[in-house]
Amino acid sequence: MLGVLKIDPEGGVGVMNGAELIVKFLEQEKVEIVFGHPGGAILPLYDALRQSRIRHVLARHEQAAAHAADGYARATGKVGVCMATSGPGATNLVTGIANAYMDSIPMVIFTGQVPTDMIGTDSFQEVDITGATLPFTKHNYLVKDVNLLPRVIKEAFHIARTGRPGPVLVDLPADICLQAVGKVEYPSRVDLPGYKPTYRGHPLQVARAATAIQEAKRPVLCAGGGVISSGASEELLTLAERAAIPVTITMMGIGAFPATHPLFLGMLGLHGLPPANHAVMGADLLLAVGVRFGNRVTGKVDIFAHQAKVVHIDIDPVEIGKNVPVDIPIVGDAKLVLRDLLERVHPVEKVQRQGWFDQIERWKTSYQGSMGAGVEKKASNEKGKRLKGRWVVERLNQILGKEGIILTDVGQHQMWAAQLALRERARSFISSGGLGTMGFGLPAAIGAKLGCPDEEVVLITGDGGFQMNMQELSVAAKLGLNLKIFILNNHSLGMVRQLQEFYYNKEYYSIELSDLPDMVKLIEAFGGTGFRVDDPAEVDDAIKRALASEALTLVDFLVDPNENVYPMVPRGKGIDEMIGG
Amino acid sequence: MRHTVTALVENSPGVLTRVAGLFSRRGFNIDSLAVGVTEDPRISRMTIVVEGSEATLEQLTKQLNKLINVIKVTDLKDSESVARELALVKIAVEPAQRAQITQLVDIFRGKIIDMGRQSVIVELTGDETKVDAFLNLARDFGIKEVVRTGRIAMARGMKSMEYQKEEKQNGQNIL
Ligand SMILES: Cc1cc2nc3c(=O)[nH]c(=O)nc-3n(C[C@H](O)[C@H](O)[C@H](O)COP(=O)(O)OP(=O)(O)OC[C@H]3O[C@@H](n4cnc5c(N)ncnc54)[C@H](O)[C@@H]3O)c2cc1C
Ligand SMILES: Cc1ncc(C[n+]2csc(CCOP(=O)(O)OP(=O)(O)O)c2C)c(N)n1
Repeated sequence: MLGVLKIDPEGGVGVMNGAELIVKFLEQEKVEIVFGHPGGAILPLYDALRQSRIRHVLARHEQAAAHAADGYARATGKVGVCMATSGPGATNLVTGIANAYMDSIPMVIFTGQVPTDMIGTDSFQEVDITGATLPFTKHNYLVKDVNLLPRVIKEAFHIARTGRPGPVLVDLPADICLQAVGKVEYPSRVDLPGYKPTYRGHPLQVARAATAIQEAKRPVLCAGGGVISSGASEELLTLAERAAIPVTITMMGIGAFPATHPLFLGMLGLHGLPPANHAVMGADLLLAVGVRFGNRVTGKVDIFAHQAKVVHIDIDPVEIGKNVPVDIPIVGDAKLVLRDLLERVHPVEKVQRQGWFDQIERWKTSYQGSMGAGVEKKASNEKGKRLKGRWVVERLNQILGKEGIILTDVGQHQMWAAQLALRERARSFISSGGLGTMGFGLPAAIGAKLGCPDEEVVLITGDGGFQMNMQELSVAAKLGLNLKIFILNNHSLGMVRQLQEFYYNKEYYSIELSDLPDMVKLIEAFGGTGFRVDDPAEVDDAIKRALASEALTLVDFLVDPNENVYPMVPRGKGIDEMIGG
Repeated sequence: MRHTVTALVENSPGVLTRVAGLFSRRGFNIDSLAVGVTEDPRISRMTIVVEGSEATLEQLTKQLNKLINVIKVTDLKDSESVARELALVKIAVEPAQRAQITQLVDIFRGKIIDMGRQSVIVELTGDETKVDAFLNLARDFGIKEVVRTGRIAMARGMKSMEYQKEEKQNGQNIL
């Protein structure tokens, strides 16, 4: 194929091909790193990338490339970029794209496609990836004219990172990438008449919200992923302190408000903490900022926050009123709306809401007594009792404190990580929320570490989910990433086991992972180091040793397979009807 | 409740798929969807008739607006707009019945646009109830084929749905 790299009908010299143009634009977008896996249809882009200063990380599976770009985006706030070839390469990305879409993560995805004249003929490795990803991309493009490339690339990045962020896919037929283009400038602006996100909140609604705050007796702030994507943590903190409002967060909001702050209630929802769930159900004003009221948060939705006037601040008008009726809707960017709100909110002393804070204190105390620090330790140390996963997570949080970035996979370990997280800043807790994708953790940790090389990157994972993308250990080892991987190894699909215990009459089926590989040997085979812990007395030392390690390190905690995540809200119940709360 | 929603969309490939996909994905019940290009060749206009509550209508409008290729969405209230649809109806007609069918078509202010030995094709415009009523009576002759465009609608008065390029350039209010 040599010599056809630039198909130039005029035989011009000094021109670029489409792929080179794309790479030039990526450089102009300040893309530093892309994650991908090559193949025939995307080779023109790889050939152009070879000559660029942009770093390419070779994932061992395209799904992992997408998760790595996603993890990079969550950790840095920048747009994550990944690429794959046509057909199976593209379909392997699908889970990763859907994952980013559900959690509103900015990504641009490039897929190779068969040449334009072969589209629609079922040619080798042809798949309609724009059709397939239509429901879970913010937007996508099939580029059929090389002259459209500048516009498409500009729009793709613009759409991905503005408004409510999300993944944008660009499908690139091989001939488009090979076609010659003249000297083309990267457009400085986009022209998208159908896309104009609203950033400033309506002044009238903002004023109404300010009045509601002033009048409320039992207010609660609920912060979600939108606070993080907006970078509104500071404004949130100021509002909470100025108006004396306790704060709960969704799982996606972890880190948006400092966990050690006296106003902090913890995560709410089906596995939320009792002080948070009770406070929301007892509130007379719920100020929701950048949350989408998913069913994991609301429980039985018709009674969710039933005593409260609801103020909902969200950049996506669709979210307002979608699941929960709203009294004061404010469409806008969290940071800008909170700033406008702060102009109008007068200081409120805590004593003015003393009754409310006393009640919250009682909820907190009662929770600490039943489930708080130390209880699991006692259980763990009883003779014959096995190490508890929850307790390992708690020790890890105590030792790590607010440092580093914690990532999780999906399952019981994820819930403990979320409940017990002592996160103080945005982007320091990364987890798959909306899609709940097992296998997310490890590749996302690689992306996060590459985005924030100076941070301690800690992965809490389960033995099930870890196996879904463990081939990526190759990448971590090759790049010398000293990730700290903590497996809560219960030799089972713990979360599913818990569901079968509660809803399927303890008929356990297809949840046992008794034939697991030796995880210590496994990490050693990949060139890392690891050790196994089953004695509660060794947990602290193991965590400290791992954190002190300069190498890719895995700790295999052998934990009780029969442990459950509590509190839990049973199906069809309100979130204040918790088991084990 | 039936609602008539009209949308200006970019006239580019894939837009119809995006809109149709949205309806099925979000579980909206669509009675009809009509689409055609506007006076500006870059822009098409869709008229969508949807069944549902006010809340459904609100979600549908917002979800449509969220599509990047959708430029503007309006909910047309029946009292403030005019609506029509076009139907072509092929009716089996014995030569002896021709006078009868011509009379029926006249009453409905339709047109016979094709006549064969044993059938006619009738063109009819009006709102859905008019078309339904015609079909009901034509059944006595024997309807062989029907094609309906679905409703198209427009607001009354000077108000127009033209897309004006806004002064404020996109990107200016971006953080
Ligand atoms: C096993 C499992 C159990 C779970 N249990 C729980 C649980 O108990 N509790 C819980 O909370 N979650 C739980 N989750 C996560 C849950 O599924 C959702 O992902 C999560 O609740 C969504 O968080 P969010 O509402 O903050 O929305 P996100 O998905 O983070 O959405 C962000 C919202 O903010 C808006 N937004 C974006 N940018 C801005 C901006 N600049 N300004 C303003 N608004 C903006 C968006 O439009 C959107 O509405 C669980 C997940 C799993 C896998
Ligand atoms: C890709 C994918 N498949 C299946 C599930 C359903 N699921 C949710 S949690 C879970 C078990 C996870 O087990 P493990 O990784 O060992 O974590 P644990 O719950 O034991 O902490 C499963 C199978 C999922 N979330 N994602």
